[in-house]
Amino acid sequence: MSAASLASSINAIRSASFPNDRSPLASNAPHPSSSSSAFLGSTARLRFNPVSSPAARLRSSAVAAVAAASNVVKEKQPKSSPSASNLLITKEEGLELYEDMVLGRVFEDMCAQMYYRGKMFGFVHLYNGQEAVSTGFIKFLKQEDSVVSTYRDHVHALSKGVPARQVMSELFGKETGCCRGQGGSMHMFSKEHNLIGGFAFIGEGIPIATGAAFTSKYKREVLKEEGCDHVTVAFFGDGTCNNGQFFECLNMAQLWKLPIIFVVENNLWAIGMSHLRATSDPQIWKKGPAFGMPGVHVDGMDVLKVREVAREAIERARRGEGPTLVECETYRFRGHSLADPDELREPAEKAKYAARDPITALKKYIIESNLASEAELKEIDKKIDEVVEDAVEFADASPQPPRSQLLDNVFADPKGFGIGPDGRYRCEDPKFTEGTAKV
Amino acid sequence: MMRFQGYTTAAKEMTVREALNSVLDEEMSADPRVFLMGEEVGEYQGAYKVSKGLLQKFGPERVVDTPITEAGFTGIGVGAAYYGLRPVVEFMTFNFAMQAIDHIINSAAKTNYMSAGNISVPIVFRGPNGAAAGVGAQHSHCYAAWYGSCPGLKVLVPYSSEDARGLLKAAIRDPDPVVFLENELMYGERFPVSAEALDSSFCLPIGKAKIEREGKDVTITAFSKMVGLSLEAAEILAKEGISAEVINLRSIRPLDRSTINASVRKTNRLVTVEEGFPQHGVGAEIGMSIVEDSFGYLDAPIERITGADVPMPYAANLERMALPQIEDIVRAAKRVCYRSVPMAATA
Repeated sequence: MSAASLASSINAIRSASFPNDRSPLASNAPHPSSSSSAFLGSTARLRFNPVSSPAARLRSSAVAAVAAASNVVKEKQPKSSPSASNLLITKEEGLELYEDMVLGRVFEDMCAQMYYRGKMFGFVHLYNGQEAVSTGFIKFLKQEDSVVSTYRDHVHALSKGVPARQVMSELFGKETGCCRGQGGSMHMFSKEHNLIGGFAFIGEGIPIATGAAFTSKYKREVLKEEGCDHVTVAFFGDGTCNNGQFFECLNMAQLWKLPIIFVVENNLWAIGMSHLRATSDPQIWKKGPAFGMPGVHVDGMDVLKVREVAREAIERARRGEGPTLVECETYRFRGHSLADPDELREPAEKAKYAARDPITALKKYIIESNLASEAELKEIDKKIDEVVEDAVEFADASPQPPRSQLLDNVFADPKGFGIGPDGRYRCEDPKFTEGTAKV
Repeated sequence: MMRFQGYTTAAKEMTVREALNSVLDEEMSADPRVFLMGEEVGEYQGAYKVSKGLLQKFGPERVVDTPITEAGFTGIGVGAAYYGLRPVVEFMTFNFAMQAIDHIINSAAKTNYMSAGNISVPIVFRGPNGAAAGVGAQHSHCYAAWYGSCPGLKVLVPYSSEDARGLLKAAIRDPDPVVFLENELMYGERFPVSAEALDSSFCLPIGKAKIEREGKDVTITAFSKMVGLSLEAAEILAKEGISAEVINLRSIRPLDRSTINASVRKTNRLVTVEEGFPQHGVGAEIGMSIVEDSFGYLDAPIERITGADVPMPYAANLERMALPQIEDIVRAAKRVCYRSVPMAATA
């Protein structure tokens, strides 16, 4: 995967999917469908969207120029033709991406170890192999942007900024976890980092994410909070794309032009059900244009490609142009969960994707482009090992929740519904939720 | 039909529909984070006209007409509540809410607990519940017992216009998910409302039942439409020398066990009335609560009057037999008072 071929393949994806793009390829083409790309549906729709007017293109290119300047990225500027000397990322960005992906990988491997030692229990779903998707998208988000995930949420939490110690403690069921041990592996919530779990039911998070995007738009338009451009990224899998809630939300998000990005982590398997056996039309990105939004397919094992698509999709949402559906072709190296014997997947398929390990690929890119040396990357590996071991020690040493925590937090009501200090139900207290009327 | 029990100076009359409309109006005016979402709430003025005039007053961003996607828009409401808005999600009836019940229970009710208090969900789910008139099995289910069993939810059941005003205001201002079960046949009922109830800061406490009629021989608990039937039954019983105490539950979760227990300790007999199915119903819970706390005070076994244990039939006479009628309540009260009565209704 040399820089040149990487760059040109990304350019092909960009120009084909986003005709607002400043690339000479898109703006000079009489109609995007004359390009050889396969993404005809989405581009045809956008063609007649008012945003694809020349004025909008100028505006978007101005925005992009500002973004490019502030990123201090020696980015392969679309105005110039792709060449081997233009790199997609700076050294700092490269190391940040590498560190984030290694953190995800090492953390998940440690989870497997801890599970087999009995420190972790219940349902644990690991993310090995899919790190490029999480890192690619989340590293573009601000703290105020939201991430909504599924039960495979450890790495989304880490990428979004939840400390490894808190995630590990939560998995151990300790009081110091991000949800004080009440949620567990499948229910990671962090108000500070705007990470909304953590949903065990597939498809359940998608309407919630749409609601978060709805709130962002509501805050801007009704509550008049100036410049509120928070976006929401919803992560879910290929199995979810056959679920009714997914389609309901594609409809409403596009109808109301909500700032949301729907990211499909298509790892081809829903427990033991192959995507091809479950889906009438397995190309998920096509379902976006059916609702009027762009649908993009990207190689989810390549963090740089994911990044390019993520950049454009997030900026689109921030500009108020509405949702995007991004299908990331990726693979999970482990089974569905630690209880899954993983017998149905062919070893040949696993080997094929193992050869496309996103971390190895990024490492190769960084070294070949002389962004950093092998030694520096090894430093990062070592640092991450220490972080994860420290997280395990911290979690091990943390206490289990006290018994009084059992009845806490059922309600947010400060005079909550639980047993009071005198052993009676608090709601029997005549002062409980006392209104202003005399009853 | 006018009711004259224990209201303060009855200055004005209001239907339940008008009461609910006035609350939505006042709460949306007072707090810009409150918004209404549901099918036909906007341009149609509300499927039952409860949201009449709101679209014109507040605009389409705050009165949101949704496509027919209960699971989707309920989830959107819950997501908005996570981020600090205060949605009121209207279901055309709670039967349709079954398509969204995953979000009511799993995303709304459980989240404050799962996130250890990090994320609260100040949302209200409201709509008509229970039987209407001749609408058949899929439109007549009562969900009070279903939602009442779930920790993390508050479940309210207003009866009169004053209840509707006070409880809906409490629900909208509450920081937790509230399931607000209305009744379609009650929307048009007119009740006197006191000046106090018309005040825009009027709120009723959640978890407190109301004693609609005091008595000393038998306690009758009821909620929603059944309160009306129980009051009429009490009138009939009074003529036969039985003084019935009628309790309007107002709140299924938390259930006001102390008021019910105190009343049974006074009267020593209990009849519970509800419209829903008998097994695992509200009456079952109340009965058990009495056995746990006031067993020694009972002079007769507890009777529960419920809907018939069948999906609701359509034919008018069968529907009448499938729902509690005033005669059923009267007979049950007489049975617990050990008066001789025929066991069942004559067809």
